[in-house]
Amino acid sequence: MRSRALTLLVLGALAGCSAAAAGGADPAQPQVADSSAASAVQPAADRQILHALNRLTYGARPGDFERVRAIGLSAWIARQLRPRTIDDSATERALAELTTLRMPIAELLREFPRPDPKMREKIARGEMTRQEMQERYPMEKRPFRITAELQAAKIIRAVTSERQLEEVMVDFWFNHFNVFAGKGDVRWYVSAYEREAIRPHALGTFPDLVRATARHPAMLFYLDNWLSARPDFIVPAGPNRGRKAGLNENYARELMELHTLGVDGGYTQRDVTEVARAFTGWTIDRPQINGRFVFRPLMHDGGEKVVVGHRIPAGGGQGDGERVIEILTRHPSTARFVATKLVRRFVSDTPPPALIARVAATYTGTGGDIPAMLRVIFESREFSGEDAYRAKIKKPFEFVASAVRALGGSTDAEGGSALARASAEIGEPLYLAQPPTGYADRADVWVNAGALLARMNFALALASGRYPHVTVELPALVAGTDPRSPAAVLDHLLATIVANQAGPETRAVLAAQLTDPQVTRLSTDDRGPANTDVAKLAALVIGSPEFQRR
Amino acid sequence: MPTRRTFLKAGGCALVAYTAAPRFLLRTARAAEANGKVLVAVFQRGAVDGLSMVMPHGEAGYAGGRPSIGLQPPKRGEADRAIDLDGFFALHPTLAPLVPLWENRALAVIHACGSPDTTRSHFDAQDYMETGTPGVKSTPDGWLARAVKTRPANQTPFRAVAMGPVLPRTLQGDVGAISMQSIERFDVRAGSDGSARQGFESLYEQGVRDLLHGTGRETFEAVKMLRSANASRIPPANGADYPRGQLGEALRQIAQLIKASVGLEVAFADMQGWDTHVGQGAERGQLALRFREFGGALAAFAQDLGSKMADVVVITMSEFGRTVAENGNRGTDHGHATAMLVLGGGVRGGRVYGRWPGLARHQLFEGRDLAVTTDFRTLFTEVATRHLGAPAAPLFPGFRATQPSLGLFA
Repeated sequence: MRSRALTLLVLGALAGCSAAAAGGADPAQPQVADSSAASAVQPAADRQILHALNRLTYGARPGDFERVRAIGLSAWIARQLRPRTIDDSATERALAELTTLRMPIAELLREFPRPDPKMREKIARGEMTRQEMQERYPMEKRPFRITAELQAAKIIRAVTSERQLEEVMVDFWFNHFNVFAGKGDVRWYVSAYEREAIRPHALGTFPDLVRATARHPAMLFYLDNWLSARPDFIVPAGPNRGRKAGLNENYARELMELHTLGVDGGYTQRDVTEVARAFTGWTIDRPQINGRFVFRPLMHDGGEKVVVGHRIPAGGGQGDGERVIEILTRHPSTARFVATKLVRRFVSDTPPPALIARVAATYTGTGGDIPAMLRVIFESREFSGEDAYRAKIKKPFEFVASAVRALGGSTDAEGGSALARASAEIGEPLYLAQPPTGYADRADVWVNAGALLARMNFALALASGRYPHVTVELPALVAGTDPRSPAAVLDHLLATIVANQAGPETRAVLAAQLTDPQVTRLSTDDRGPANTDVAKLAALVIGSPEFQRR
Repeated sequence: MPTRRTFLKAGGCALVAYTAAPRFLLRTARAAEANGKVLVAVFQRGAVDGLSMVMPHGEAGYAGGRPSIGLQPPKRGEADRAIDLDGFFALHPTLAPLVPLWENRALAVIHACGSPDTTRSHFDAQDYMETGTPGVKSTPDGWLARAVKTRPANQTPFRAVAMGPVLPRTLQGDVGAISMQSIERFDVRAGSDGSARQGFESLYEQGVRDLLHGTGRETFEAVKMLRSANASRIPPANGADYPRGQLGEALRQIAQLIKASVGLEVAFADMQGWDTHVGQGAERGQLALRFREFGGALAAFAQDLGSKMADVVVITMSEFGRTVAENGNRGTDHGHATAMLVLGGGVRGGRVYGRWPGLARHQLFEGRDLAVTTDFRTLFTEVATRHLGAPAAPLFPGFRATQPSLGLFA
């Protein structure tokens, strides 16, 4: 093992050598090692493209920057805002083998039956062997497959889809209207939830999202509204026949706190109860057979309601809930709350109030048109300002997807599952956020020692090809560089993976790595560059502080 | 149990591996010498039903509202019944592993404890309990982090540790708290070749002092220390048997950190699954299963640490309690006050603390919930000042105690 003193000794020399290799600065001044392209000499327009790629996609793939520059940044953004105009047939083909993605809920319930509790008892009593159970209840018929396929699909889409902004927004809105795939019947509903309630409206209007999620069985089940009934309702049939049901406030509270008004949006416990009354009867038709929305007038509380100052007259039936959604989505608190979350996602963990106000005004002016709000953000000086540049820390899922993309990688379904597990190890198990807040979009939640180690370990495993079914094209990535010049390889990696946004310290440290006999060694295969352990260098770049930012 | 000598010996080995690291070895030795107090906080996420955890069987208003989820009162000689504590309160039957601790006066209960804030939102209430500032959401740091900050400097990266994938709000703040999913996996896993570890370490050592770099530096200090202390290899002692599950795993590893003397002062563990809106169950069922794991894990922890528990206090907390009456789905909805447990060294256990507000309708908060008679900050202040020796002032900004201290500590 080398001593640190030695590292420091060779560091200066190599940094100079790297600079010289890049054909730039005076080797006598090793600190200016990043002469090849650094931010200082990068035209503002190019920086804008890099910034947009960082924020509107799951990270740039090799060649993305050139493609965006060719069609022009604003034309590219305009296209991303209209995903239907972008051909994405390659992604569709990659998803074809994941059959559960397209199945209606009733079919999923039929094809992936819940385990028979009697079978477990029989095994416990020794009346049945595990093997017999495997045969009677094979793995491919078990309900966990639904979530597993959805997780793999999310990874595949983030890595390969051309409709990147749509994927970013699907993730954003899913977290906003979170459901937890581990809660009861939600497992059978969650694919349909993303497909029917979230995706079609991800770049549509906000009120449509609220309407679609409010009546979806996944949400009805997750926040218990399917059980909520007028106080004197007696269950007429089924296993709970004759029992008194009752009001359940869970959905009503989260609808206001997390979906629309925000916690300081000006509602009271009284409003929570009134909203809960309005949504009584919004339930699920035979949850384990049909799993479809149904309004049951018998469960509904027909009386008058008053919601944040608006009177809803008695006798409105199913319309009560719809009226509540109308009231809430037109409320100025909702405009502000949605604007704040969007600005936090796309600009900064501390969203600038002036931009929030403009986006909120756009919400109010357009009836919650999502592309209109995004346009205001993307065209704002706050978005392109120095404060916002690389100011966001990637969530674990964003980090995993962006790493595969940066290495020019691709994955099939099996690889997608492995990458989903990686996201879980770094702290973000997909579709498995238990609280209705979904996953947070702030650095302080994700940056901690354990997660940082997990990121580094993921970088090492990915770059060295230890994820079967995930292909990373390292040789292609450094093709055209002089394989005998480690410094040239490093320059190329930094240019491709972090678009030369590495600080001089990072560049110097990586240059020092090149002197490590473990890193610079004779390669035995003829595909890669001759004498540089590209995988380790790439892993270090992906695990570097710079790559954690977007 | 590792002594200073074993640390110096381990240090000798590590010296070969990390030429540039002697300062951390000094830290290890100092931390081991300090032999300080440890506070372990367990958060029952989702709002535990305190009335099932510590049942007020002497309370006339208990059974009426809970036809299907109410516990049967304790009855001597009958198993599966709630376990009487003092003639008025009883432990849930699945918490039986805690009974020896109660009898040894190492376990205390604080009932009708909670927040003065009336929110019934999990997220707000957890936020308030973790920051220690009910009603104020903008508090930047957590109260446990502030408690650590008040203590004399201790040069170890393991002053504050949370078991889990993310750092909880209560340990956020400028104290370098660490979160980890497991001790074993807390390292750069690059096979036999250490160059990747060293590469990453150098990358985070350089550069500006921001959240990312600061965290990176702390990470590598911590990795080295754990390796030299060999913490993940320390087996449970005294026949302690941790139940499977999130809390058992967390407490088992917190015990390892304590026994490895890495300088731990505050540890945090989460347990999920308390939000029993539907099908809560009574002596058996959903909630009973959670209590079984909860009680088993706490008891195993105390057993594992043995005489070391003299320096350790465990406190359990939950964001609020649940409705006194069951709802239409044989569950309970979000309520107000709940019960909290304190166990360990110096605790005057074997007693239920706090004024009991009663369950008659007029005694309930907003006509439906157990009223709060002990502000959680009164309890937390007492534990932090008496056990950790922290000064009270900075822990809970804006808090003025309106009740005398509970007298939890001798």
